[in-house]
Amino acid sequence: MSVAKRFGPYGGRYVPETVIGALDELTEAYDRYRDDPGFRDELGALLGNYVGRPTPLYRAGRLEEAWGLDRGLWLKREDLCHTGAHKINNALGQVLLARRMGKQRIIAETGAGQHGVATATASALVGLGCRVYMGRTDMRRQRLNVIRMRMLGAEVTPVDSGSGTLKDATSEAIRDWVTNVDTTHYIIGSAVGPAPYPEIVAAFQSVIGNEARAQMLAETGGLPGTVVACVGGGSNAIGIFRAFLDDAAVALVGVEAGGEGPSGRHGASLALGRPGVLHGSYSYLLQDPDGQVAEAHSVSAGLDYPGVGPEHSHLRDTGRVSYVNATDEAALSAFLECSRREGIIPALESAHALAHVRDGAAGLAGPGPVLVCLSGRGDKDVDQAGAALGIDASA
Amino acid sequence: MPEPGALRLERAFRAAGRPLFVPYVMGGYPDLDASRRHARILARHADIIELGVPFSDPLADGPTIQAAGQQALDGGTRPWDVLRIAGDLRDGPPVVVMTYFNTVIAHGAEQFLNEAAGNGVAGIIVPDLPVDEAAEVREVAQGVGVALVALAAPTTDDARMAEIGLSAEGFVYLVAVTGVTGGQMALDDRLRALVERARRHIKVPLVVGFGVRTPEQARQIGDIADGVVIASEIIRRIGDAPDADAADAAVEAFGNAIAGALRT
Repeated sequence: MSVAKRFGPYGGRYVPETVIGALDELTEAYDRYRDDPGFRDELGALLGNYVGRPTPLYRAGRLEEAWGLDRGLWLKREDLCHTGAHKINNALGQVLLARRMGKQRIIAETGAGQHGVATATASALVGLGCRVYMGRTDMRRQRLNVIRMRMLGAEVTPVDSGSGTLKDATSEAIRDWVTNVDTTHYIIGSAVGPAPYPEIVAAFQSVIGNEARAQMLAETGGLPGTVVACVGGGSNAIGIFRAFLDDAAVALVGVEAGGEGPSGRHGASLALGRPGVLHGSYSYLLQDPDGQVAEAHSVSAGLDYPGVGPEHSHLRDTGRVSYVNATDEAALSAFLECSRREGIIPALESAHALAHVRDGAAGLAGPGPVLVCLSGRGDKDVDQAGAALGIDASA
Repeated sequence: MPEPGALRLERAFRAAGRPLFVPYVMGGYPDLDASRRHARILARHADIIELGVPFSDPLADGPTIQAAGQQALDGGTRPWDVLRIAGDLRDGPPVVVMTYFNTVIAHGAEQFLNEAAGNGVAGIIVPDLPVDEAAEVREVAQGVGVALVALAAPTTDDARMAEIGLSAEGFVYLVAVTGVTGGQMALDDRLRALVERARRHIKVPLVVGFGVRTPEQARQIGDIADGVVIASEIIRRIGDAPDADAADAAVEAFGNAIAGALRT
């Protein structure tokens, strides 16, 4: 078996020559260990006893009622993973690979901080040093996750270039990797970057969809009519979509950051970008006519990224997945509704998927139930969402 | 059609009979006029000019070139403005343009390379376009007589060195350190071994860069390689100058010093 380098025309390895050898090494290690019983057992045991998998499939009855969803609304509860989001599925898989490759040091980029926390956690677990690059803007708006990473023993390095968000943190992590490639493994947190990363991240995240598909069959006796997930780089989305790609009757919907709305700033690479190269792969990208990468905007740091994973670009072009977007405002109100009707505070990222279900319910294709990937929990967002919604702790 | 860029570059190495000085100018830094002046000043001392087209996310560059590129973009510099600087240098040494892949393909590789060729550019260096992704662009570049100059790194294994050697034209840019631009290189046994290993697989001239800062370092690199690129150090000196005249003088003095070191 080989490891996918491209998805249709998208993907590739557009990186400095210095790290090509490391990409080859990672490709070989992944190809060797992905079906290795020892590796699978070790990862499987951690996903069970450490992460808490399988995560529950939960029927959100009060949101169904409020939103008139007679067909049923099911949440795949990745928010209940250890560390609070799906990111840990990939971080653990990659850290186990890094140890088998003999690497002594782990680096990562993070936007919302969930991937940074997951990587800091996985590094602590196996005893590897960890440095996380994070944009200065994101450090401010996801302050709690910065503290968590530092408590876990990771060094968090602020990045001031550009807009101080995920794009800039990713560039800086790649520069670190170019410099320390002999000793260091770079754990990319989304299904982006040069091959083989998009394939590896998607494969480690596909546990989400594999579980959810079986759970839907067990709970409802059938498949969902529609599967909805938020898309920044797109790791939770590809993780849940992959299990349903061959189920032609299941509609798949990715929800990008609509930001300030049609006339303002946003993070909707697939809807409003055009193909280009950022961070090592060819994919849809927000850019100006000369190819300068544009600054994205989203209330959620995890969706505030001008690129997107190459597999999503291919799924967009083939039409297998529909990509839509939800504004900051819609996501914030869905965030509050989910909190108050279900007692679940979702991550602002995941709230974009919920907002689309609410606002687009009439247009959801297929008669079957709706399955949403609730990719993370919103504890990290309480400062920012509280400020936006006028909720604080004063007496 | 004028003489292909690869031949012009290879002739520059043969004609010099000594290691070549390849200074870097970031187009649009600190502004477009100043960068055009600095390029002209350096053209008097240089054997090849490396002209940077700024890109928003330069993965192979350290903080100095990143900041210079950002300043150029903030000042409104567009790729065509920089290519016209090359057009101004037609009577001087050959120009190779350094930029990133997304800049090359944003309007289509044909348009970028046509504009480059039209401005007399001899070659392009694209640090995020490794040899196994480069075939399509190389074909377009060859069609208009622009050499696609490859990079090789300390981590490039023998098989890839051979692959790079097979398609190399003009020269190969050998990255002296595992890292980004603007660091500190040291002429040690590792670098000597890297140059020797590269020579076994690559028949075109080898130019070494990344982290070269002083005339003494340039002279040492000149002892083992066919040329030396100096980039971040020139930008640093421009940035440190109190005004435009002082920057011009600093560029002149530094260019003169490096050229002198490579002639001895």
